[in-house]
Amino acid sequence: MQSTTLILLLGLLAVGAFYFGRDRSLSLVGGPGKGRALHSLPGYYGYFVAIWVVLPALALLFVWILLEPKVVAALVVDGLPESYRSISAGELNLLVNNIRNLASGDVVSVAVDNDLRRAAALFNDYSGMSRVLLTVLVISLATLGGVLAWRNIRPELRARNRVEAVIRWGLIAASSIAVLTTIGIVMSVLFEALRFFQMVPWSEFLFGTTWSPQTAIRADQVGSSGSFGAVPLFAGTLLITAIAMSVSVPIGLMTAIYLAEYATSRVRGIAKPLLEILAGIPTVVYGFFAALTVAPWVRRVGESAGFEVASESALAAGLVMGIMIIPLVSSLADDAINAVPTSIRDGALGLGSTRSETMTKVIFPAALPGIVGGILLAVSRAIGETMIVVMAAGLAANLTANPFDAVTTVTVQIVTLLVGDQEFDSAKTLAAFALGLMLFVVTLCLNIIGIYVVRKYREQYD
Amino acid sequence: MTAMTKTATDKRKTAAVPDYHEQVVELGRETVGQVRCAEPFMVAEKVNVHYGDNHAIRDVTLEIGKKEVVALIGPSGCGKSTFLRCLNRMNDSIESARVSGNITLDGTDIYSKEQDPVALRARVGMVFQKPNPFPKSIYDNVAYGPRIHGLAGDRAELDTIVHSSLERAGLLKEVKDRLDEPGTSLSGGQQQRLCIARTIAVNPEVILMDEPCSALDPIATARIEDLMDELCEDYAIVIVTHSMQQAARVSRRVAYFHLGYLVEVDDTDKVFTNPQHKLTEDYITGRIG
Ligand SMILES: Nc1ncnc2c1ncn2[C@@H]1O[C@H](COP(=O)(O)OP(=O)(O)OP(=O)(O)O)[C@@H](O)[C@H]1O
Ligand SMILES: [Mg+2]
Repeated sequence: MQSTTLILLLGLLAVGAFYFGRDRSLSLVGGPGKGRALHSLPGYYGYFVAIWVVLPALALLFVWILLEPKVVAALVVDGLPESYRSISAGELNLLVNNIRNLASGDVVSVAVDNDLRRAAALFNDYSGMSRVLLTVLVISLATLGGVLAWRNIRPELRARNRVEAVIRWGLIAASSIAVLTTIGIVMSVLFEALRFFQMVPWSEFLFGTTWSPQTAIRADQVGSSGSFGAVPLFAGTLLITAIAMSVSVPIGLMTAIYLAEYATSRVRGIAKPLLEILAGIPTVVYGFFAALTVAPWVRRVGESAGFEVASESALAAGLVMGIMIIPLVSSLADDAINAVPTSIRDGALGLGSTRSETMTKVIFPAALPGIVGGILLAVSRAIGETMIVVMAAGLAANLTANPFDAVTTVTVQIVTLLVGDQEFDSAKTLAAFALGLMLFVVTLCLNIIGIYVVRKYREQYD
Repeated sequence: MTAMTKTATDKRKTAAVPDYHEQVVELGRETVGQVRCAEPFMVAEKVNVHYGDNHAIRDVTLEIGKKEVVALIGPSGCGKSTFLRCLNRMNDSIESARVSGNITLDGTDIYSKEQDPVALRARVGMVFQKPNPFPKSIYDNVAYGPRIHGLAGDRAELDTIVHSSLERAGLLKEVKDRLDEPGTSLSGGQQQRLCIARTIAVNPEVILMDEPCSALDPIATARIEDLMDELCEDYAIVIVTHSMQQAARVSRRVAYFHLGYLVEVDDTDKVFTNPQHKLTEDYITGRIG
């Protein structure tokens, strides 16, 4: 039986078990009218039995699915003639793959001989047996669990506490998946980056000013050395981020101030959802907007003013990224301004301040820590932004502060290093991990500082 | 039609004491006692306030004299704060509020087109229920008003204003050495006196106080009551309070509000010893709460 069918069947069994368990708990105390004699509500006894039906059986199912391929492969290899025993692990792996492909009728990479055919037949046999065995075992385990739990039901059984404990552990498991995945990703980036630093000294990476990651794939190629000075990338990231922030901070702040202090509730009701739509536009759309509309426009305007403008300029990417970040800045600033208690606002108005005096002299200073925290979060968003710069900022690793030049950023380089055919353990590929690590560290620091500032400020009034 | 629906809503609010409601509607329309005073400074004539459909203040007429303390009392939700906020147009910032009627300050209509509410609030200061110092230093809190109104020519003058305001609010001795510390670092009672200092630093003509002692302990309350005794030598004070004792101690006249009506207003002694209206009597003897 297929695993999905098996899981469905388990579900059906669980539903049945729920009703059996509930009815038994009620019949033990003498009918639905006497439910108060039970420790928990009758439904909890139902869930209790259902959990015992499902959980052990599911656990078995998953362990089986995890281990089955290995066990079957080992059995198949055991059945091979003597001549195959001595081959290396890598070849054995290949062989098992071939057997598996042959068994399922896929393409095979070696000549098919009789040994192989016999092995494939054996493989099919074992797989079929395993499936039957699995079905039988799972269903009997489910039944066994259900029956035991069912017999265990007594009025004084603390079914609710048991069920809630299971729920709690389920929730903990779910949330630890996210945490563990994050840790796993950080670890793998860290270790790959360390491998990179064995090939390229970290001082060159951090302080070198030439970025040209073309290493030779064949030894006889020219220009094979490759040079991994990341300073131009960080400078480019910084330049574009600075442009983006100089667009988004003033506009976002003014938007927030207008919405929080001046707008009537009707205007606010219309403008806020519109801003959220702006925040919801996919960055790739901003990207082609930047590449196809803004970049040519910047070039035309710049050239008519007598500047030399690259067709992919930092300015175009930065401008569009700034627009993208406006909603983030304005909503965080709006939160900070709204967190200033109305009593303080009233106090200022009551002393005869105008609206703008209240805003600039009282509310804004009071909200400043929260606003700064929000801006830091926006900066980290800008540094990590990829799509817009990939499409609009170009690939030239120029070390420049001229916004009309083409620059490249850390994220763009990570993308280009990993796109296309690569040797996985070349310095070129591993450089992506080193860049990723740097990016991660920088944005993490910004986020921590930002969140810390925002939170500290919140506590002030609560 | 609208009058009927309003009566229906009012009835629901006071379902526990329906007969009082009837009495207010029948008897509360005419304010008993003395709405006029000898030297009127602030005069409210037939003031009505609506919050959307909620008729919160109904035809209230009241005169407030120069250098006089008037206490507003009444059960919760009867409109004391609403009336108080009419006197310095703080209701302007509430979108749903509509104020009609006529209020004058020293003879000028404060709701006229020419009247700038900002300038009005410099003349009619306000102290709130919860101490609300700005998150600035103690000095800057008091200096805020003089600064925005340009009352001080130079730093020395500003220092003088700050010191004398703190002095008059009875706070100077406690904070003399820590003027740079944030106002929020003071205790609740000190914060409230800081707010009073902040208000008198602008040198207003009338001070409105909305339950200024409700967040304070008896000792801090006593200090603020003493302070009011001194302040009323220079300012007219309108205070909302839930404490009858406080009203008796600090005010010269008392106004009793009920469901938006001004039921009775008279000299403090008279209201507390010999109330004219049955609703007033019931309230001060504790039968309406
Ligand atoms: N901002 C507002 N928006 C709408 N309705 C309001 C608002 N403020 C007060 N009200 C309504 O106006 C009426 C009077 O309220 P007000 O705050 O003036 O009462 P109060 O006498 O000060 O009560 P308390 O003693 O509890 O402070 C109440 O029915 C209240 O619901
Ligand atoms: Mg009130």
